Formats: sequence, C-alpha cells, structure tokens
Amino acid sequence: MNNQGRPTSIPSASGEVAPTISGNRALQIEEALIFEQDSPGSTGVDLPEPATDELRLGGLRPRGQIGLPGLAEPTVVRHYTRLSQKNYAIDLGLYPLGSCTMKHNPRLNERMARLPGFADIHPLQPQSTVQGALALIDELAGWLKTLTGMPAVAMSPAAGAQGELCGLMAIHAALDDRGEGHRRRVLVPESAHGTNPATAALVGFTIDPIPATADGRVDLAALEAKLGPDVAGIMLTNPNTCGLFERDIRRIAELIHGAGGYFYCDGANFNAIVGRVRPADLGIDAMHINLHKTFSTPHGGGGPGSGPVVLSDALAAFVPFPHVAHGPDGFRLIEGPQDPGATGKEFGRLKGFHGQMGMFVRALAYILSHGADGLWQVASDAVLNANYVMARLQDVMTPSFDGPCMHEALFDDRFLKGTGVTTLDFAKALIDEGFHPMTMYFPLVVHGALLIEPTETESKRGLDQFIDVLRGLAARARAGEAEAFQAAPRLTPRRRLDETLAARRPVLRWQPEAPQAEAAE
Amino acid sequence: MTMLKFTKDHEWIRVEGDTGTVGITDYAQQQLGDVVFVELPEVGRKLETGKEAAVVESVKAASEVYAPVAGEVVAVNDAVAGDPSLINSAAEGDGWFMRIRLANPSELDGLMDRAAYDAYVEGLA
Amino acid sequence: MRYLPLTPEDRREMLGAIGVGSVDELFRDVPEAARLKGPIEGLPAHKGELEVERILSRMAARNVTAGSAPSFLGAGAYRHHVPAAVDHLVQRGEFLTSYTPYQPEITQGTLQALFEFQTQVALITGMDVANASMYDGATACGEAVLMAQRVTRRSRAVLSGGLHPHYAEVAATLGRHLDLETRIMPPAPQGGEDLMAEVDERTSCVVVQNPDVFGNVRDYTELGAACRAKGVLLIVAVTEVVSLGLLPPPGEMGADIVVAEGQSIGNALNFGGPYVGLFATRERFVRQMPGRLAGQTVDADGRRGFVLTLSTREQHIRREKATSNICTNSGLCALAFSIHMTLLGEVGFRNLARINHANAVKLAGKLAAVPGVQVLNDGFFNEFTLRLNRPAAAVVDALAAKGVLAGVPVSRLAPGRKEVEDLLLVAVTETNTEDDMDALAAGLQEVLR
Repeated sequence: MNNQGRPTSIPSASGEVAPTISGNRALQIEEALIFEQDSPGSTGVDLPEPATDELRLGGLRPRGQIGLPGLAEPTVVRHYTRLSQKNYAIDLGLYPLGSCTMKHNPRLNERMARLPGFADIHPLQPQSTVQGALALIDELAGWLKTLTGMPAVAMSPAAGAQGELCGLMAIHAALDDRGEGHRRRVLVPESAHGTNPATAALVGFTIDPIPATADGRVDLAALEAKLGPDVAGIMLTNPNTCGLFERDIRRIAELIHGAGGYFYCDGANFNAIVGRVRPADLGIDAMHINLHKTFSTPHGGGGPGSGPVVLSDALAAFVPFPHVAHGPDGFRLIEGPQDPGATGKEFGRLKGFHGQMGMFVRALAYILSHGADGLWQVASDAVLNANYVMARLQDVMTPSFDGPCMHEALFDDRFLKGTGVTTLDFAKALIDEGFHPMTMYFPLVVHGALLIEPTETESKRGLDQFIDVLRGLAARARAGEAEAFQAAPRLTPRRRLDETLAARRPVLRWQPEAPQAEAAE
Repeated sequence: MTMLKFTKDHEWIRVEGDTGTVGITDYAQQQLGDVVFVELPEVGRKLETGKEAAVVESVKAASEVYAPVAGEVVAVNDAVAGDPSLINSAAEGDGWFMRIRLANPSELDGLMDRAAYDAYVEGLA
Repeated sequence: MRYLPLTPEDRREMLGAIGVGSVDELFRDVPEAARLKGPIEGLPAHKGELEVERILSRMAARNVTAGSAPSFLGAGAYRHHVPAAVDHLVQRGEFLTSYTPYQPEITQGTLQALFEFQTQVALITGMDVANASMYDGATACGEAVLMAQRVTRRSRAVLSGGLHPHYAEVAATLGRHLDLETRIMPPAPQGGEDLMAEVDERTSCVVVQNPDVFGNVRDYTELGAACRAKGVLLIVAVTEVVSLGLLPPPGEMGADIVVAEGQSIGNALNFGGPYVGLFATRERFVRQMPGRLAGQTVDADGRRGFVLTLSTREQHIRREKATSNICTNSGLCALAFSIHMTLLGEVGFRNLARINHANAVKLAGKLAAVPGVQVLNDGFFNEFTLRLNRPAAAVVDALAAKGVLAGVPVSRLAPGRKEVEDLLLVAVTETNTEDDMDALAAGLQEVLR
C-alpha cells in the first residue's frame, strides 16, 4: 500500500515569474548553437569502412580539418525539436500575413511527394523510365491552363519571383520577335510588390510608376497618359496589393494592347479568384501562379516555392527550356532547340533540370482533393473570411478603402493616431496574444499598413477569437496603454531584437573564438 | 566666408572657397531612422548635378544621396563609413559625407538657404 | 470538404454580419463578363484522400525509381542516403508550415537554423560568409555571375567548358538583358582549357567547376592567382557537395565566390527539384551578395538572438535597384541540408566523402576492364567519364531496358556535339553496392560486344 501522500491543491504563491536558474521557461528551452555542442569525434551517422584506401585525386592532397561539430543523433533530434518550438506556424494558429496566403498544408500532399516514384527518380533518367513524372507535370499544367483559361504554361520557374522573370523574358522575346525591341518601358503601379520592379530591371526594362486613385485602384487616366510607342507592357497585381479587384482591368488590357504592349499579371493573389474568375477573360498575357500560396505547398520557413507562368496565345511560344510535349511514344521533355517539338522561340533556361517536381506533386494532390467545386468554394470562403474580418473591425480600426475587399482586408494606422502606438507596436502586441501579426507597412500606398489575409482554411470560431483580440487591443491603445504596446512582446522566446546592431555590425556566422569587436577594426 | 545651402532631396552643402562639404539634413536622417551603412564615392570621381553620389541605408530603408552641384570629390568622411551612427547624431556636422571641388559655383544660386529649406520641410509634414 | 472549416450556417451568419445576401455580391468589382456562374465545367469534383492517393500512386508507379535498379546517374543530382531523422524533423509543422522569419520573436527556430546553415556552408566551402540559400546550384551560379558584374563593373563572363551546361545556360539567360556577354567554352572532357587566354580587360569573372562536369578534380590555385592579378573574380561551382569532405575547398584555391548544389545532403532526387543552392563569398563582397541573410544580435533583455539582416540589398526595399529579384530562399531544403550535415559532423562528412571516392575508384577499375570502355579521368571524386565504342545514349537506353540506370550520356547535356557523343558520365555513391557495380560492368560488356 502506498501511504505517502503529496500536496494536490494549488499553493497560494504569487504568480510572479522569477528568473529560472537555467534560463529555460518550462517548454521554452534555451538552445545553444550546434557549434557550441561539439563533442569532437561524435557523429549521428554510422558508415561502413571505405571499400579501398586508394586515392585517385589527380595529385590533389586530401582536405584537412573542416571544423564541423560532432553530435550524436539524440542531441541532434533534441536540438532541432527545441528550435522548432521557437517558431510560429500555420499548424499552431492563424497566420494572417497579407499577400502570403498562409493556408493549411494538407499532410496527404507530403505523403504523395515522398512516394519513391516521385522522390527517388533522377532528372536525367531515360525519359521512357519517367513517364509517370512527365504525365504528372502535364496533368498539373492542364489544370493550371483550364483554371486560368490560358493556352500555355511554363512550368519550370522555381518561385514567384522567377515566374515574373519568366513572364517578362517572354514579353521581351516576343517584342524582339516582332522587331520592336526598342520597347523598354514597363508600367508598374506604386502599390506593387518589390519583386515587380526588381524583375523588370533584371530584364533590362525601365520602370515607370503609375499612381493609385483614392479608391485604391490604378489611375486609368494616368495610365493612359503614360502609354507610348516605347511601352513594353504593364505589371499589375490582381486582385491588387490593397486586396481590391481592379474594376477597370479589361479596359487596362485594351489600352495596353492598343498601345502594342503586353499585360503581365502578378498572380500572388490568385487565391481570391481561383475557380471563379479566369485571368484569360481579363485580357492577361502572362501570369505566374505561386503554387506555395494558392495551391498550398508548404512555405517551409521561406521556400522552396514554385512559380509556373500561364501564357496567352501571343506569348505561348516564348517559353524557357525544358517543356513537356506529348507524342506518339508518350511524353517527351523538350530540352533544347534540337529536340522535335521545340517552338524555336525559347529564350533559354531558368534553372537546373525541369522545375520543382516535389511542389508539382503537392499542388496536384491539393487540386485533386478540391476539384472544380472545391476550388470555387476556396475562393468564395477566402473572400468571405476577409470581408467578415473587415466588417467586424471597421468600427474600431480604419479600413483604407470602401466597398468589399477580396481575400485580404487592408487597414491603415489612422485608428492609432494620437495613441502613441505604432503599427509595429500593435502587431507585436498581437504576438503575445498568440497570433502571428498581419503584414505590416505594405502596401506602401497607405500609411502604416496592416494587411490581413485570413485564407479559407480558418474557421468562424478562430476568426472570432482573432477579431475579439484585435478589438481589445484597439481599445487598449485608445485607453492610453502605449507603454505596454511598446514593451511587447513579453512572452516570446526572445523579445524585440536589435536590428540596428545586426546591420551595423553584421555577424553572419559562428566563429570558433569570437573576436572582440575592437579587435575586428 | 562660408555659405550653407540645401536641396529638395535633403542634402546640405557648406561652401568655403571653391570646396563644398556635403551631407544629408537632420530631417532626412530622422526619416530614415537608424543609419547602418553608407557607401561613399571614390576620391577623384567627377559628380554631376543631381546624380547619385552616395548611398545611405537604415535597417528598413535605403536612399541615394545626390550631388547638390557638380564637382570632383576631393575627400570622403571615413569616420562616417566606420560609424554610420554619426549621421543620426550629427547629420549636419560630423556626419558629413564628402568634400567636392565645385565645377560651377553659380549652381549654388539655384539651391535653398536655411529659411527656405525649413519652410520646404514644414510643407512636407 | 475536409480542408474548409466553414459550415453553411457559418457562411449565412457571416454574410449577415457583412450585410450582403450572397458571396457573389462580394465579387461585384469583377467585370460581369469575367464572372463565372459556377464551378468550371468539365473538371472533376473533389475527392477523398484515398482516391487522390490512388491516382497519384498510379502515376508514381509508372516511373522506374533509382532505388529499384542499379543506378549510376549524377551530372548535378546524386542519390545519397538521408538519415530518417532528417525527414522527421523537417516535417515538424513548426518548420514545415512557418513563413519567412519576418517576425523574429516567434521565428527564432528558423533563424538560428539558418545561421547555423550559413556557418556550415562557409566552413565546407572555405569561405568567409554564406547566404541563407538560393533556388538551386544553377541559379546560384547565375546570380554569382551577375554579382561579379556588379562588383567589378565589367561585363564579360568566361565560363569553362567543364561547367555543367545547365549552369552555363542559366547564367547566359539571366545575363542576356543586362549587357552581359557570356563566353561559354566548348566541352573539354580532358581539360587543357586556357581560360586566361579568354580574359581581357572587360572580363568580370571566370567560372569553373570542381569536380568539373566530366568528374575531373582540379586545382584552381594558379587560376585564382592569375584572376586576382587582373582584377577578375574566380567563381567556383560545386555540383556534388559531398566532394568537399575530401577535396581541398575552393576557398583555399582563391575563389571569390563559391556556388554549390546542396541537394546531395539531406534532399532526395525529386526529379530535379526542389533543391538548394549554396552561395558563399568573401566578407568584403557581402553587400553585393544576393539572397537572404540571417545575422546575430541581441534582444531587449540583452539575450542573443537572430534576425534577417542587410535586407536593404533586397527587392522589398531596393525595388528596381536590388541585388536580385529573389524573394524566397529554399528554406526547407536548406534546413534538411543543415540537419543532415549536423548529423554527419566532421567525422561523418569526411567518411561519407571517403566512401564515395573509394566506391568510384573501385567501379572505375571494374569498368576499365570492360572491352570497348575507356576511363578518361586522371583524378575524380565519385563520378567519371567513360568513352564508349559507340554513342552513349543508345547504350543507356539498352541498359535501361535491362534494368540498369547506367549514367548520363554527355549528349543529354550537350546535344548535337559529335565529339562528346560517345561519352558517358557514371556516378557512384555510398548507396551503390558491389552487386550494383558488377551489374553495370556486366551490362556494359553485353551491350558493347
């Protein structure tokens, strides 16, 4: 019999948090760098003896000490598990980053991408041995073409920014082909993602900004005034970065086409319209699709992405190598101008091998899971959720524009005026409440922007909790609790970090014996 | 005899004889926030009026510094390259960027004096 | 619909709160003519997990996996054993479903991992600093060529014929609208290139590969010194990163920029992507470097922490003046690389390299004994070039029919060049058994008879 009892009621001690001896705070465990946990000679991988000691290095001597640390597997597993616990994630909660489409990542997609038939095939195997892989690329390409109404798609771009590059190179090549290589000016709205002007510059175009109107759309008159014989095209995000649909988009397409230019659409916000609106019906010539946004391939802490580009008839021939063709013997990869099926207008190669196959598998699993009816519902719920957030916050925060939004709700910092709380402070306070902040200070066209994109995979209950927190924070800001905001976040593994120090004295890697700052100068 | 002039891009130039010292104004440094990096021109480079002469960066912003007037760079402020915080603490003093030998001193007539610049900044708020 | 939490009742309530009668009203800014009336016709409807799994598994089954046959393909993508812990850890939702670490207070996990990754890359390449990764080795190489143009303000890149053709093509494509001339040398399976003869006062960089695309290991020390004397940057590409466990690093040979394909460590073949590009350089060039960087700093309580830093180089601030248009890195693949490298450690990484080389030495010996086969390389790491007595592509097809994935015919990478038609690239790693090697030797013997 166990007769040794122990206290089971809660003692009435103060809840004040005293510093712990270890610096850990229960589940928040401090974790040193791997280099500080070096146990020389240790390894987490057991390997057999080499088959021979003979070296055939053509006279090169083998390398000396590298300086990598040695850790056994348990230490490594613990290290990365502890690091993971310092991250916010969609799996933990709402991740309302505007323009980023942080939606649920189904685990079926992960399982499918890891099927050996997709994960364990080499990109240069004889094509007869990878027909299933080529069929998958073709199948996904078919869905993307149908969903956008466009006749062609370039699958290889590695991410959205590379998709932009692909689209602008296609435009450049088409202009050259028409003998109008002198067209070098690209119109870009001021509200554009930074990648747009950066990409246009990379393709040798000059950037001509177009202002926005008071209702957050492209200023049609200003656009018209900027048209001319040197215009190569326009880069427009639609729905735009204010979360609004460009009402005049068909007119914009007419104008740009009338002036001899092409219409590039930044498809970062395709989630708002997928399955409900086809970009081809809007007059678009090229648009990249971020598979990691609309089609839910995981963001993975910053990639990998995938950015296929759909193309209109006018641009369909101007694609990078490789592309997939269908012939009597099955699918073939067109890898160079000599391969039968080449258009003869290809503009080169954007990355090694054929594209982000692992992302294609995940995206197709997502698409098949939804089907046409599910994708219709995706756009519907994404827009409904954003408008619900907007409707329930408009009395306490300040929406930047009137009317319904699409998949994201844009607020500016007027509601914080006079409170001493900035957009940054407001966002940081949200962290202590268990939410990832919204996108801050973007788009640049409104002051102190707060851009909220809930996505369709949030429940009403989850949205209500989020909204209640934002309402509470807005009330606290108005109640003069600025200091509390400025001190936020307090409950995180780290509090606000000194970005000035990081940039003034960059420390970009661990050093064996960290040299003193003075000694470095 | 020294003369202090300002541009609409928030550069200042202090002229003594045929040389002018150039920096960014206190208003400009406030707009940028903590300055973390500056890129200065090489000594000997010929600058054209209104063209990029230097770059100044904070954590979340970057800005070009334009030559207020044309001239040749005769000296740069190595202290500010080593410690960019000088621009925040003394934008219109120790935080200067470069000295140039003026190509055409009459260009100064087109720039603002202190009172005109202050009024200009007032109008931006 | 399992991924959509809203119920019809929720939707009704929410529409009420918004004050509209239907979702269609929320789409009123869309031009009438472009508004679809219902789901796109002719496309299938939603499916359950089981059905989706069935469809995709059928497609997967139509491929011959490298693990199901003796496989000797390399040429920039290598099949290595990835420890079970790697995939387990990268699939933790906190890594998998997190975004770019823009809020450092709640992304210290990703940021510290990137800082460790950058350090590992700097160590293995022998360089000062590395970024948080690029899309892949080929794009990293293209970005390096553009960076050399910015650093030197010269605009002619000389690319060795030993550089992987995909890398050269990407550099040429990226540079074509930037007044950058890319001089790509013809394939040189047995070396003998005089790269310095191509260098003139307009030359920004010389790009070489080690081991080169034909598998030859090279000492670029003299080339590095010659480049330095002319103010030209030496860029060294590494497509098989495991080689850095045995070969002297490019940093010791005087490289100014090192780019590498990191797929071999932590990442599966994946039919070519996603992979992870490594990018390392000298400290003095760091502000011209493309891509994200994690850096160390302190928090409000003075504790060590990490942030993304030097972001004024990037597109979201610099816009058209950015060092690159790149926005993402290859985060999760970089994490997989870093975890695998941490598991290996100094001892494991060096042993892995030794095993790869030993297997290659052994296989080269076996294949040299096959009539009609000549091993071209003097020195190599885990890949070498065979000259066959007939075109290699047909031999590879014939062997594939016999269930052996024999390697990569050089003609696949450099089509239409008669002089390389008979060349076959053969790679071998720790995953190949002695039986695999014997199967290849026997298969070649049979096909070449």
